[in-house]
Amino acid sequence: MQDMPINLIAVLDEIPIGVCVLSKERRIVLINRAIESLTGFLRADCKGLPCSHVLRFNHCFDNCPVKRMDRGERRVLEGDIINQENQKIPVRVTFAPLSDSTGKISGYIEILEDLRQVRNFDAARINPFSFGPIIGRSPRMEKIFQSLPVIAQSEMPVLITGQIGTGKDLVAEAIHHASSRAKNPFVTFRCGALPEFLVESELFGVEKGAFPGADNKPGKFRLAQNGTLYITEIGDLTLSLQTRLLNWLDEKIIYPLGSSKSFQSDVRIIAATSRNLSQMAKEATFRNELYFRLNAVSLHLPPLKERVEDVRLLADHFLHARASLLNKTITGFSDACLKRLLEYDYPGNILELRHIVEYAVTLSQAEWIELGDLPAYLTENLADLNAKAPISTSPRVSDALSADEGFDWAAIERKMIMDALMKVKGRRSKAAQLLGWGRSTLWRKMRHYGIACESVRVNEKSSHCA
Amino acid sequence: MKKVLIVLDGNDIAPRFDLTLELLIVSLGKDGKPAGKSDVVLARPSAEALCGVVTAENVHTVICGGIEKEYLRYLGWKNVEVIHSVIGSAKVALSRFRKGALKSGDILLKERKA
Repeated sequence: MQDMPINLIAVLDEIPIGVCVLSKERRIVLINRAIESLTGFLRADCKGLPCSHVLRFNHCFDNCPVKRMDRGERRVLEGDIINQENQKIPVRVTFAPLSDSTGKISGYIEILEDLRQVRNFDAARINPFSFGPIIGRSPRMEKIFQSLPVIAQSEMPVLITGQIGTGKDLVAEAIHHASSRAKNPFVTFRCGALPEFLVESELFGVEKGAFPGADNKPGKFRLAQNGTLYITEIGDLTLSLQTRLLNWLDEKIIYPLGSSKSFQSDVRIIAATSRNLSQMAKEATFRNELYFRLNAVSLHLPPLKERVEDVRLLADHFLHARASLLNKTITGFSDACLKRLLEYDYPGNILELRHIVEYAVTLSQAEWIELGDLPAYLTENLADLNAKAPISTSPRVSDALSADEGFDWAAIERKMIMDALMKVKGRRSKAAQLLGWGRSTLWRKMRHYGIACESVRVNEKSSHCA
Repeated sequence: MKKVLIVLDGNDIAPRFDLTLELLIVSLGKDGKPAGKSDVVLARPSAEALCGVVTAENVHTVICGGIEKEYLRYLGWKNVEVIHSVIGSAKVALSRFRKGALKSGDILLKERKA
């Protein structure tokens, strides 16, 4: 074994953290697969490029750490990168010089560690009633917590079902981080987010020239290699793509669009849907075999109204998280407010509860969240609120939810800005303070939503925008 | 008149939108030829400040390197075209843009010595 020539690239590709080899001029010599997943750049496209243009590490632009490296010195820095998918990712980068046989520096090596997993774990507020960042103490959630470690350690595909806002994304990520693939990528693909003709190329990749304007692009399977691919709203996949996915489940081989070269894909699939796939299979709009393969390990997340015991726990969690972010001292909910929160049925589930609490914390000026701090639709005509025809004209968070987009925060944010301006009688500086935003942020959002001071009606005769 | 804003790092397109200090704003006439240009230097790097310059200057197109989704969406809402993840010389990028041949992800560097 020691006498065999080593295929360096093959060795580096098996390392689950990013490795980048640079020339003396700080240009890329080679990158491993983990860097491809992290940055979205392909190895062949990066060769010869300055590393700052590919890695885009924030410290590159503030006195390049490689430039300042003395012989033999190693440096470790934490910062962030922005990848080809426009995500900002926290990373830890180790820089070290490479020397030739005479001891002269002949290049550099950079090791990139993705810190998202570590940061998410720290931010999760370790809670005895939790699995990773998922919180609950109801019997339904306890049962789910008991099954998650076993599911995580299995290699089988998982199907997560549940209404919108029940936490499917969070559970998928928690399964990945508890699995043996935790150090490898967790890549998300939203089926409903793209036009149909783009879905195939995004998922399986595309070779240059496959169609007019096509350029080399690694698909999600490639980027998730050795890790987990999370496909949400899998019920939106066309039948032909369902067939391709089924073929992959059998053979584990991927042919990018327009390519005759395949690659062996090692990825764990977690799929999620708010649709009834069993019914869709009966109606022949979802392939039966694919449903059975995915449903081998299934997890159903109950709606919030079926885990009422968790409402208080979740509300407290969201309150403290938001208050901490805004540097506010808020002790809790008043009795009347808590009663209302516990009575409400949350058609938007946990997502709706989170937005209600965050709204209330943002607007509250006191030590306790009062009934009046809740969004108007929760408190206007309480008796009619859960009737079939609600009389409130305020935007209901649940009305804004759609299967495709998940949640339209814009309507709630606009209402929040209007409420804040009303509270401070149109004084924009005070409103910005109340919302915990910088003034320029409020100005920008007001322009975005078309809110002019004239549209803020106040009861007093004079109104002004300061 | 169309205005194009290019984020700069020396003569190249800056790799990070949020860490750029220097901008080039080029006004293109109806014939597509440059009719004017100005250099802007920010006091400190800030994606929000940069977005403010884009909207205040009524920029039609931004050419940049990596940009966070939040700002990409914001500029999209403001009907600003963003050609991002471009690597290479600002001059070459502008020339390609004028020909209608520049797209996100283009790598324009001539010298690729490693």
